[in-house]
Amino acid sequence: MRPSRSESAREVAAGRVKLWHTSMFLRMLVRAAVLRRGRALSALLATVVAAAVATALLNLYSDVQAKLRREFRNYGANIVLVGRDGASLPADALGQVESTLAGRGVVAPFGLVVARTSDGQPIVVAGTDFDRVRQLDRWWSVSSWPSAPRQALIGVRALPVVSPKDQAFDLSFQGHIIHLRPAGMVQTGAAEDSRIYVSPADFVAWTGVQPSTIEVAATGSPEEIAAIMHQLEQAIPGAEVRPVRQIVEGEARVLGKTRATLLAATALIILTAALCVLSTLMGWVFDRRRDFAIMKALGASDRLLNGFFAAEAAALGATGAVIGFVLGVGIAAWIGRVNFHAPVAPRFSVLPLVLAGSIVVTLLAAVLPISLLRRVQPAVILRGE
Amino acid sequence: MFARLVYESFRRQKRRKLLAGAAITLGVTVATAMIAVATDIGDKINRELRTIGANLLVTPEEDTLDVEIGGINLKPPSDGAFLNEADLPKIEGTFWHNNITGFSPMLPVNVSLQRDARTENLTLLGTYFAKRVSFGKEEFTTGVRSTHPWWKVTSGAWPDDNSSDVLLGERLAARVSAKTGDFVTLSGRELRVSGILSTGGAEDDQVVAPIALAQEVIGKPGVVRRVYVSALTKPEDALARRDPKSMSGPVYDRWYCSPYPQSIAFQLQEVIPHSHAEQIRQVAQNEGAVLTRIEGLIFLVTLAALLASALAVSAAMATAIFERRADVGLMKALGAGRVAVASVFFAEATLLALIGGLVGFGAGTVLARQIGRSIFNSQITIPPVLLPVILAIAVIVTFLGSAAAIRKAVELDPVFALRGEL
Repeated sequence: MRPSRSESAREVAAGRVKLWHTSMFLRMLVRAAVLRRGRALSALLATVVAAAVATALLNLYSDVQAKLRREFRNYGANIVLVGRDGASLPADALGQVESTLAGRGVVAPFGLVVARTSDGQPIVVAGTDFDRVRQLDRWWSVSSWPSAPRQALIGVRALPVVSPKDQAFDLSFQGHIIHLRPAGMVQTGAAEDSRIYVSPADFVAWTGVQPSTIEVAATGSPEEIAAIMHQLEQAIPGAEVRPVRQIVEGEARVLGKTRATLLAATALIILTAALCVLSTLMGWVFDRRRDFAIMKALGASDRLLNGFFAAEAAALGATGAVIGFVLGVGIAAWIGRVNFHAPVAPRFSVLPLVLAGSIVVTLLAAVLPISLLRRVQPAVILRGE
Repeated sequence: MFARLVYESFRRQKRRKLLAGAAITLGVTVATAMIAVATDIGDKINRELRTIGANLLVTPEEDTLDVEIGGINLKPPSDGAFLNEADLPKIEGTFWHNNITGFSPMLPVNVSLQRDARTENLTLLGTYFAKRVSFGKEEFTTGVRSTHPWWKVTSGAWPDDNSSDVLLGERLAARVSAKTGDFVTLSGRELRVSGILSTGGAEDDQVVAPIALAQEVIGKPGVVRRVYVSALTKPEDALARRDPKSMSGPVYDRWYCSPYPQSIAFQLQEVIPHSHAEQIRQVAQNEGAVLTRIEGLIFLVTLAALLASALAVSAAMATAIFERRADVGLMKALGAGRVAVASVFFAEATLLALIGGLVGFGAGTVLARQIGRSIFNSQITIPPVLLPVILAIAVIVTFLGSAAAIRKAVELDPVFALRGEL
């Protein structure tokens, strides 16, 4: 059966009313914001600030661990490889460690022997790669690094013993003699002060001893470092792989406490910001009880009214969240630059969180006053009582 | 009349005043807690950083070189100079003694271990575990248990400092298959193993014992080889690195009275005769950097907290004032001037800020304590000086927050305001 003419006309009319409804709805949304610019702007501002602060803190919170870990790598090695039962490491151990790490840290080999000075005093001599040590042990205070063969870096306490007048000196090890010139002095306040450091080429040529220790400053989380240690054990069966517990445990403690503090601060700040948005928006909606009353007097249904205020709030929340997100990423990057000298990378996973959060807060701020107003007769509101 | 206006406004608008007051209270609570945490975080993290180990080392002034590889001491045990154990309590008499969290003397000696007809030469390390030391009227406990917190006794217990029980390093214990409660023969002495020690370092291959035992082994009572000192220090700056000999009077005083690693080392040298004190650069240099970063981070976060609470306060105030346009209209219609209207609002704002500030300060104190206890296991103390500062900040922020709204209110046309057409 074909639809009669009157039926199709009614459909068209209904469609028109619907269209008019939609456009009217949009118009009211936009005009409401434009006409009350001041109040709408202050509500938007509160949302933007809250979203920006939340974004910045969440970004920082997820990034600060990586940033601080980098600072902790300046403490030097967190993994040490030594030959089993005092033996030397295999000659290719350094290359193996390097390829296992694949850029996830800094490595330096050390070979140690006890040599004798020309007047027979025992002294510890270490062979190491100076370029690597500069990367690994940044706290070494060195007057000038050796650059040529047969140059030695001398510990501050060893200096008066072997080369008080900065002259060249001889060392002997099992009858072999090496002639060294002092290049500079190293001061660390620890065992290094009593030692003499030479390049690995000189060391092996002189003593015939391969490096016995490889120090590794691996980057990453505790799990990643444990994985690296496991891989190293697999790659070099002749070595014993040990964590430097003092560094690993200290780092974990300090990082844990810092993150916990930051988390507490973040929670407090986001709570405050959310309450700020809530109170501003509630004031705004409450302020518009006349609009509400007029719409109701003109016959708007509760559903339409709820929808209108909810749509307004959600639009405000979404706009505020997006602007706030951009601002917050900027703030986090700025804090990263000022404090850690490296920008905090923006995390887009934070965006849905901030978006959902601010829409929930703004919706709540709209719904609470509306449910209060619904119980009041429009006439009472319009009379200003 | 003025006082009555303010009083009645509070009496009749309890709900609105409560709302604004709650916002101020919350803002001040967060601000107080964050300021307290930020001012104390340096000290707290500094203490956590002490878990990385001592940052100062005291050695005899005229010492021969250390000859040590992988924790095995190759220097003849009687060789070289020693410090006097009796001088050590004087460390508590230095200017910065409150910043010194502990010290541990070390005396490594060579012993031979006989077990199952096998003889092994190894190092016996004499030290304090948790020794009661007294200086003047003060008594304190110090030793490796506080300065070397990563040393763990995996089975058994720490020996008493006055006993002659020993700890065996875990690798050594595995090698000679000794357990807690066994007796081992060290250089002719029958000693009880009170526990197995795990450090991850050279001590895992050593015997660790009370210092008196090590002194007895080399026949030199009252000597120690070196002392590790753990101190809370301030990050190094340009002044810290200067040579104290080249400083003029006031600069020297400032250097001496700042807890730099250098100045604490200098003071240790002063109290321990014939000693040389040095910062352990690996620990001392890096903790400055870590500390600066964390302090900076918390400082910036605190700024964000202050901003958020200031906004919350001003938003609440603006809303509260905006809702009272009708009152303003009435006051103006009855002939009140702009100053009179503004002063009523400012008086109300001050009152709210003071009440909210006081309550918020109390709540913030509790919150900061809670944060301190749950994160750092120690109290975060809030200096009472902070109260007037916080109150002043609360009043200023409330004023600033209300200023724009109050300006709008005083410029209101009473006719429109009374008809409710704004």
